[in-house]
Amino acid sequence: MEIKSQQSSMNIDLHEGRLIEELKRSSCEMMPEPSEWLDEEIKRNIIVSTVDKLLNWGRKTSLWTETAFTACCTFEFISLSSPRFDIARFGMEVLRSSPRHADLIITAGTLTWKMAPQIKRIYDQMAEPKWVIAMGSCGISGGIFADSYSVVPGYNRILPVDVYIPGCPPRPEALMAGIERLRKKIEKKSFTKVD
Amino acid sequence: MTTTMKGKQVFDMLKGELASAIVEVQDECLVVKPAKLTEVAGFIKHTQGLEFDYLSSATGIDYPDYFEVVYLFYSLEKNHRFTLRIRCADKADPVAPSLTCLWMGADLQEREIYDLLGIKFSGHPLLKRIFMWEGFEGHPLRKDFKNGF
Amino acid sequence: MVFKTEPFILNLGPIHPSTHGVFRMRVVVDGEVITDIEPVFGYLHRGIEKLAENKTYKQIIPLTDRMDYVAAMNNNLAYAITVEKLAGIEVPERAEYIRVIMSELQRIVSHLIGIGSFFNDMGTFFTPFVYMFTGKEKITDLLEMVSGQRLLHNYMRFGGVSGDLPPEFLPALRKFLREMPPEIDMYDRLLKENEIVLARSKNVGILTREMAINASASGPVLRASGVKRDMRKADPYSVYDRFDFDVPVACNGDCYDRYQVRIEEMRQSIRIIEQAAAGIPEGEVINPVPLRFQPPAGEVYGFIEGSKGELGFHIVSDGSARPYRLHVRAPSLINLTALKNMLTGWKVADVMVIFGSIDICLGEVDR
Ligand code: SF4
Repeated sequence: MEIKSQQSSMNIDLHEGRLIEELKRSSCEMMPEPSEWLDEEIKRNIIVSTVDKLLNWGRKTSLWTETAFTACCTFEFISLSSPRFDIARFGMEVLRSSPRHADLIITAGTLTWKMAPQIKRIYDQMAEPKWVIAMGSCGISGGIFADSYSVVPGYNRILPVDVYIPGCPPRPEALMAGIERLRKKIEKKSFTKVD
Repeated sequence: MTTTMKGKQVFDMLKGELASAIVEVQDECLVVKPAKLTEVAGFIKHTQGLEFDYLSSATGIDYPDYFEVVYLFYSLEKNHRFTLRIRCADKADPVAPSLTCLWMGADLQEREIYDLLGIKFSGHPLLKRIFMWEGFEGHPLRKDFKNGF
Repeated sequence: MVFKTEPFILNLGPIHPSTHGVFRMRVVVDGEVITDIEPVFGYLHRGIEKLAENKTYKQIIPLTDRMDYVAAMNNNLAYAITVEKLAGIEVPERAEYIRVIMSELQRIVSHLIGIGSFFNDMGTFFTPFVYMFTGKEKITDLLEMVSGQRLLHNYMRFGGVSGDLPPEFLPALRKFLREMPPEIDMYDRLLKENEIVLARSKNVGILTREMAINASASGPVLRASGVKRDMRKADPYSVYDRFDFDVPVACNGDCYDRYQVRIEEMRQSIRIIEQAAAGIPEGEVINPVPLRFQPPAGEVYGFIEGSKGELGFHIVSDGSARPYRLHVRAPSLINLTALKNMLTGWKVADVMVIFGSIDICLGEVDR
């Protein structure tokens, strides 16, 4: 029994190692910022844009976040959801541990290569439409750990990031400002556009 | 106040064969032959008057000519501390005996040294990488490892 | 009829609501009972020890902040003490008192978060946690007042602290000292005799005295198992020998005892802060080191009693401006050694309670 579980756990580790190496090889480039919202507004007609408005209003006022709490920035994020800063004002107090319920992932903290496949998998499991906020300098570029052998220099290597919030850690107020930006961005997105 | 035992003091208590296991007597520590580490450690754990029952930390250091592992022991009863060192001269394939048979607390620390410095601990129950993933090349804390993505 | 069950591997984490970050366990369960566990580390391994080899001594202070990120002051203090030991730097009296106040405030923060998330793991979803966070925010304000940062303070320097206390700090601290003890009593009253808490944590996850010593546990985990060991008393550093406080111990070594020890420690911390605030002398706060700081060659081990246990730094210096090797004795990592023995034999539902009662910080486990 003992031996069997040790052997199989080694297999799991080897498999995990291969996944990490693969992801590491395939993510040398930064992903561009998703920028559909920059599209010309002329293409939409009046009725559709009203539908857009309604949909976007629904989306932006009830962003459910996935918990991707990796490092120190987490505590500022939790502070934001605690009574003092009260994230509930934005309809965001629901923290989901299941990616299938969430439409926003706030990546609070340093991302290591060992962690990268899990985060990518969580992102892939989230239902469209989905957004990413990279929180903290680690999330932007690796921050203080940028030249480390095990740290991914920025979430944008593996995920398309919508909003970056600088700071180490960003204060809850900064995080609020970032969320505000994201809501503006959501407003401009057109889901009903026909090309 | 925790007192630090002098290397000489402990060396005088070691008798016969164990005394020959000591490579060097330093002011506050003893340098032990790697092969004899478990015996010396067992001795200082069980001998009256020493009773080092608490292994506080184990550190690996990469020197140009050898790898060194430093063990820091405390005695909770007597409230004193002592350091043992071993030197692995073989830089290509360093091997050291594991202390997990005496102190369970050595378990994760030895795995850490194995992962980051590549010193193999013979007799460790589950010696595999702890921080880096399987398939990662090299040992990060060695001096010849180049940092960076 | 007898059912035969087959063991299978259950994976918990690395992203799991109650693993305090990115910890992962592979649990082998037979039915509901745990037969074996294997913790998997490294999901937050940032290579701090390697990065430190390429930074000057002063540049490492912010790196130490990021290890145990709920107790940044304590990490700063441990590192500063170690380097001072190596270079033989004197610290002015006032700075020592400030350090003690900061360190104890930070210990309260860490224990509040530890207790809050422990109850979170037990299933009282977020209610105690939110209470604890209210208390934490008060201390955060105090620490921000002196250091300018809410979470990672970067406040200690070699030979003192980076700046003097602002004039409004001591009145605010006194107000806090008046408000906090009743608050701690309230938490304790709410939680101590709660039937569910008792049922889920009393006699659960027992760590015996022998096992705790053998597995090098430290801090509240060790003291809950009946070993009266606190580095502040055993080998006083800074000016801890001038204050009068008790070291709380418990005897059963179960989850409930670990919780009780933490609550009691917060009360003792308040006592220390009261004495330090009353006796704080005037004077310099830093004994500056030269800009190109190069400690002499040598090897040194410095430690403090951090909030999670004995936090030690082992520095090897070759006389240059950068350390040759820097090793951290991380209490969070070492306290997890006995995890396997504590979990085996319990049910799956107890995993998170036992794990939560150890109170680790992933930044320090993986570094
Ligand atoms: S940005 Fe700073 S606070 Fe945030 S995870 Fe990175 S090091 Fe920690």
